[in-house]
Amino acid sequence: MRVNTTKPAMAEGDMTPMIDMVFQLIAFFMVLINFSESEANDRVVLPNSELVKPPEAPLEFPIVLHVAQDGEIILGGDNYTAETLKVGLNRELAVLAAEKKTPGDANVIIRAHKDAAAGVIQEVIRVAQERQLVSFALRVKEDRQ
Amino acid sequence: MKIRNRGAGEKQEVNMTAMIDIVFLLLVFFMVTLKIVDQEGDFSVRMPLASNSSGAVDDTELPLKLRLKADENGRLTSIAMNEVQLGTDFDALRDTVIGLVGGAKPGETSEGGPEVEIDTDFNLRYESVIKAITAVSGYKVGDQTVKLIEKIKFAKPRK
Repeated sequence: MRVNTTKPAMAEGDMTPMIDMVFQLIAFFMVLINFSESEANDRVVLPNSELVKPPEAPLEFPIVLHVAQDGEIILGGDNYTAETLKVGLNRELAVLAAEKKTPGDANVIIRAHKDAAAGVIQEVIRVAQERQLVSFALRVKEDRQ
Repeated sequence: MKIRNRGAGEKQEVNMTAMIDIVFLLLVFFMVTLKIVDQEGDFSVRMPLASNSSGAVDDTELPLKLRLKADENGRLTSIAMNEVQLGTDFDALRDTVIGLVGGAKPGETSEGGPEVEIDTDFNLRYESVIKAITAVSGYKVGDQTVKLIEKIKFAKPRK
């Protein structure tokens, strides 16, 4: 006798809501991702201040100096001390001169560790001043409390 | 003649597995690379190199002197504004500055106002300097900022 065997139908859930959600999550994370973090340095923990606000426009011709807790200065991936910093600054100023700009047009952004010695920051400013740099920005973390 | 058209009503199903694999990979990538960063801002300091001219200086143009002393561990031990001792209280420093320069209305800028020169011990922690700059720069009233002194400079480093 012939027996009719019917294969059980595979239960297929509707994937549409899940895919909708996953796409929304991807869009959320893509919007939130912050690639400007490249300016930061792992060795620097910035101090807080309630008064600062994120700048509306990025500073022109920035020279970013990271000052670590031990007083080491990081400029463009190279390490300097307050005594050797002029070498790195000269290099930055050469780039600036190639763009037909003066040192007065540059902005020195100082990202110093909160426990670094204040004297090191003063030394950094003094060395930069000797190279005719006049605009400094002391970068701090916004304190929302 | 009878035309066989058995597949006409059947729904064509696309295999979604590959797409879902990629989408989940993207999702995991963005989740892992996400780093919520704190917002940062700047205290602007315009400090040209002091000229050595020995011309007469108008007393009204002399900056306010803020002296910050530290112990050997870099901890703040005293604040003095124009030789007036204020202990280690930044609120007292702010009150002193308000007494000296008054306060602009919230949102106003006080360009051309007084200047403060920060003279700090070499080993003082930078965090204390920023607290002092915050105290002399202004204060918050709700969401509004009242500005006090916008011109800040540093004295020569003490070694």
